[in-house]
Amino acid sequence: MVPVSVENVWKYFGDYPALREVNFTLESASCLALLGRNGAGKTTMLRILAGLSTASKGEVKLPDRRHTAYLGHNIGIYDELSALENLKLFGRFYEVENPVSRASKWLERVSLAHVADAPAREFSRGMRQRLALARVFLHEPEMLLLDEPFTSLDDRAIALLQDLMREAKQRGASIILSTHQLREALELATKVVLLNRGQIAYCGPRTQAMVDDPAALYRDHGGEA
Amino acid sequence: MIRFLKLTMAVAGKDIRSEWRTKESLNASIAFSIVVLLLFSFAFDPASESTKEFAGGLLWLVFMFAGALIVNRSFARELPNDCLDVLIASPLPMAALFLGKAIACFTLLMVIELISLPVFGIFYDITWWNQPGWLMLILTMTTWAMSVVGTLFSALTVNLRLRELMLPMLLYPMLIPALMAAIQLTTVVLTTDPVGGDNYTWVKLLVGFDIIFTSLSLALVDFVLVR
Repeated sequence: MVPVSVENVWKYFGDYPALREVNFTLESASCLALLGRNGAGKTTMLRILAGLSTASKGEVKLPDRRHTAYLGHNIGIYDELSALENLKLFGRFYEVENPVSRASKWLERVSLAHVADAPAREFSRGMRQRLALARVFLHEPEMLLLDEPFTSLDDRAIALLQDLMREAKQRGASIILSTHQLREALELATKVVLLNRGQIAYCGPRTQAMVDDPAALYRDHGGEA
Repeated sequence: MIRFLKLTMAVAGKDIRSEWRTKESLNASIAFSIVVLLLFSFAFDPASESTKEFAGGLLWLVFMFAGALIVNRSFARELPNDCLDVLIASPLPMAALFLGKAIACFTLLMVIELISLPVFGIFYDITWWNQPGWLMLILTMTTWAMSVVGTLFSALTVNLRLRELMLPMLLYPMLIPALMAAIQLTTVVLTTDPVGGDNYTWVKLLVGFDIIFTSLSLALVDFVLVR
């Protein structure tokens, strides 16, 4: 079964085509690295996949929203609510069974159990990022949509995110992540889609050569801004 | 249906809790209504009979202006940390999001109105509790109208830089029918005349306005939020 399929997707902003005839599929338990320079169309593609924007043309097939999770450029948590209240709220939205105990379990996992009742606005940047990760993985999604997830994370949060992504893959989840951190992305990826000015410059399996020399991907397949 | 209602109440609870903790718009709105009522009390003679005739209009203008501060925050509250994106990407039905936000606005507006009413009674020497049932009915129906239309326009203007200006410009003209009915009925209630005869037409107008705009908003909210 193919959980994600993107067929002939176009997206126009006015007359400008931000995405042009994008096609790819992703199998279960695999990770797709969506790469490209700034303005290549990575975020636009992810926003369409997350349901935040609609494609001007083409078709996108994804698992039910209850089984997907989205992490955008920002953390998506409420500053006025406590860490526990934030996770309980999203647990309810995703129909998590027993949201309080699941939220507590995840606060333990991201080392925030000791501040569970403190409002998120009092947290440091790193703590807020870990709370955002707990929010994303709370309902054990089958499909993860991560837009530049490593950007501005500290080394502890990067290690945590990599662990969580590996665990998600092991239990059969699919991951689509857009990033500029080629090395981190290519270590996890099973498939690579390289976008260049809204068009696919490369779509295929990740190779060991890409991991050894990530910059070669841009040299060999274009992707210049 | 039960799931939809639970999600709606979760959104409403979240908004009310957030507002209660920060009191960002609640304090501003209460202070604004009291100051405007105080200033108008200097302009008009509270002892004059004519004051009672336009008291209903005055009261609803104050509620509308103060209410704009509340409804403006409805979707703007989701902008920090891009929470709106996370909500749209979640399985939460957009109708539940909209309805939850409208209920939160309604609750906060009712708090402001119930605090302002006694102040209004004191400043304008008006016995406002003569027909409490009718007064509550008018307050409830008109406040729901403000909440529903205000929440829809809050969603529509949430990404505009001039949303604080745009929202009232869109909201007030749309609310004219409900406002006319509320002013007419409140004036009758405050002057201790019994509500009856032609006044029922205004009640029907308010009921119709609430039903039409609630249905329309629920149908349009998906289109408004996902671009």
